[in-house]
Amino acid sequence: MAAVASALPFNVMHFARVLRRAGLPIGPGKVIVALEALKLVSIARRDDVYWTLHSVLVDRHSQSDMFRLAFDRFWQRQQDRPDDNPLSILDQGPDHGRGDQSKPIPRRLADAFSPLASPEVGEQKEESAAPSDAVASWSADERLRHQDFETMSSDEQAEAAKLMARLRLPIPDVATRRHRVSRSGRRIDMRATLRAMVRSGGAVTLARKAPRRRHPPLVVLCDISGSMATYSRMFLRFLHALTNDRDRVHVFLFGTRLSNVTRELAHRDPDLALARVGRAVEDWGGGTRIGHTIEAFNRRWSRRVLGQGAVVVLITDGLDRDGGEGLAAEMERLHKSCRRLIWLNPLLRYAAFEPKSAGVRVMLPHVDEFRPAHNLDSLTALVVALSNRLDAGTTRQFTIANAKLS
Amino acid sequence: MSIGVSSPQSIDATLDLLSRGGYIADRALATSLFLSIAMKRPLFLEGEAGVGKTEIAKVLAATLGRQLLRLQCYEGLDISAAVYEWNYPRQMMAIRLAEAAGEGRRHELARDIYGAEFLIKRPLLNALEGSAGMAPVLLIDELDRTDEPFEAFLLEVLSDFQITIPELGTIKAAAPPLVVVTSNRTREIHDALKRRCLYHWVDYPSAERERAIVKAKVPGVGESLGGQVVSFVQMLRGLELFKPPGIAETLDWAQALMVLNARELTVSNVDDTLGVVLKYQDDIARVRGDVAARGVATARSAA
Repeated sequence: MAAVASALPFNVMHFARVLRRAGLPIGPGKVIVALEALKLVSIARRDDVYWTLHSVLVDRHSQSDMFRLAFDRFWQRQQDRPDDNPLSILDQGPDHGRGDQSKPIPRRLADAFSPLASPEVGEQKEESAAPSDAVASWSADERLRHQDFETMSSDEQAEAAKLMARLRLPIPDVATRRHRVSRSGRRIDMRATLRAMVRSGGAVTLARKAPRRRHPPLVVLCDISGSMATYSRMFLRFLHALTNDRDRVHVFLFGTRLSNVTRELAHRDPDLALARVGRAVEDWGGGTRIGHTIEAFNRRWSRRVLGQGAVVVLITDGLDRDGGEGLAAEMERLHKSCRRLIWLNPLLRYAAFEPKSAGVRVMLPHVDEFRPAHNLDSLTALVVALSNRLDAGTTRQFTIANAKLS
Repeated sequence: MSIGVSSPQSIDATLDLLSRGGYIADRALATSLFLSIAMKRPLFLEGEAGVGKTEIAKVLAATLGRQLLRLQCYEGLDISAAVYEWNYPRQMMAIRLAEAAGEGRRHELARDIYGAEFLIKRPLLNALEGSAGMAPVLLIDELDRTDEPFEAFLLEVLSDFQITIPELGTIKAAAPPLVVVTSNRTREIHDALKRRCLYHWVDYPSAERERAIVKAKVPGVGESLGGQVVSFVQMLRGLELFKPPGIAETLDWAQALMVLNARELTVSNVDDTLGVVLKYQDDIARVRGDVAARGVATARSAA
């Protein structure tokens, strides 16, 4: 039993390392807390150990599945070879010697168990390697195509980077319920007034405060289907700059399914960030199911990211594989759940653009702004146009007549 | 510690404690709760609305014989509503009195009007001070409704159990309160705050546990109706509705059917009362009719 007890810290440490590689943010502090917690429960019961480690090492619901798989595998291996050096588990390939895995193991977890020396090395390796069949085979039921971000020419990149850096988001700030000192404020700051009274010995000079202003949260839904392929690369640069420029930005990509890539995009280095996005998203350049993905967004995410007056930017050409089926109701719900819905459409560059496709016709009544976005110039124009219309949020319906500006 | 019940010493004792308070928990929750009490770390509960997050804190306070202090969060919640505020009218009065008394008292004034008797205490400060030497249960409810600045402020409170009031100094808790933080996940709480807590995702209960909950909370409902209600609600949760019903809705529904003197689930009484379980028109429209009829049939044959 003493041997088991002394092996515990090692096991927990290595388990934490496996989880870290699988993408859970676990610092050394948490390992110490986990060991402390394990002293308080009986380690003879598997479920007690499980939930103890879970409550310390997991801090969001989405990590639970990864944790369960990692724990099952880790525990299994420890039982198979109790005498082994605990390190040995890290030295084996994902499916070494065990055939009872009925469910496919997520790639992130398989990577975490694989003998790569460190996450940094793994990153570089995957970046330089061409998208392999092995990658695609992790989800064979859907035709997967990973976007190759390397092909952007250096001129293109330089120009994009320069212009992106200049772009500032034009969405006007909103008043929060917090206050700051302000001479012209309409509210009286009692605390400051009292302090001044004490200082002056009783003379009343009213100190004032006004609401603090702040940018609202921003949610971007960007179409990455085949028809948008030439633009999505550009927009991703824009979205990367955006994510790193301000807080409270959530970015979702959609084609036939919806992916939240906020965490991936948050990496400072644009190339690394985009490479991560490329790996996280599985439906590059396929069809578009706008109604289906917006429904998924409404159901799974809207209540989590549209709080506190969020502005939604929808980037799509509106060409829907499902012919706009089920789209109207979902667009209406989306429109009603956010402060403002802005649609950027690259097809609007044609002067003769008319909302003929079913998807476009269904969506138009539910957007507040409809703007072209086919190159950097138009994005810049968008910035200027929106900046000049600070009060535009009051018109909640967009008319087709305006659509032919551009 | 003589007045209250002593803290549970094991996971099993925690389970017992909760069930004595009428809360039927699973072992996972009991483990997190036990660790939170034993390690004096806040417990961070996340989950859909109506799964019984707030109830945990209430039951904990009741069974341990501690005071429950509740801080309901909202956007713009600030220190003057959450921690303390100075009593401005009294302070002004004191200044006027000092004026009347003449120049001599001016030097003492600044010290006097920032004394403890001018302080209005709000839940967080009360929680740190405790009552009668007992650390209370502090419930910080729906933290996701407040904004990031308040979250940042909570970091000091939750890690060191202390609050700094510039005019008075630092107030530190003699015994740290049992802290339960809940979130409906309308936005992501910052990692820094989560790191100081133990995390638990409160899930929808299994059918078996939900039947036990209905039996405990709505004792008048018959075994068969209770079973049918649970079976129907569990079916609804599998439908990918916009808002699947929580335990609160199950209990409300059982209560409503009881008031209507229903003994069994029927297509007509389900149709009449669907608004108790589902709160979105789209969801109701989807379930009413075929889905409901099939659900009733399954529920009746199972129970």
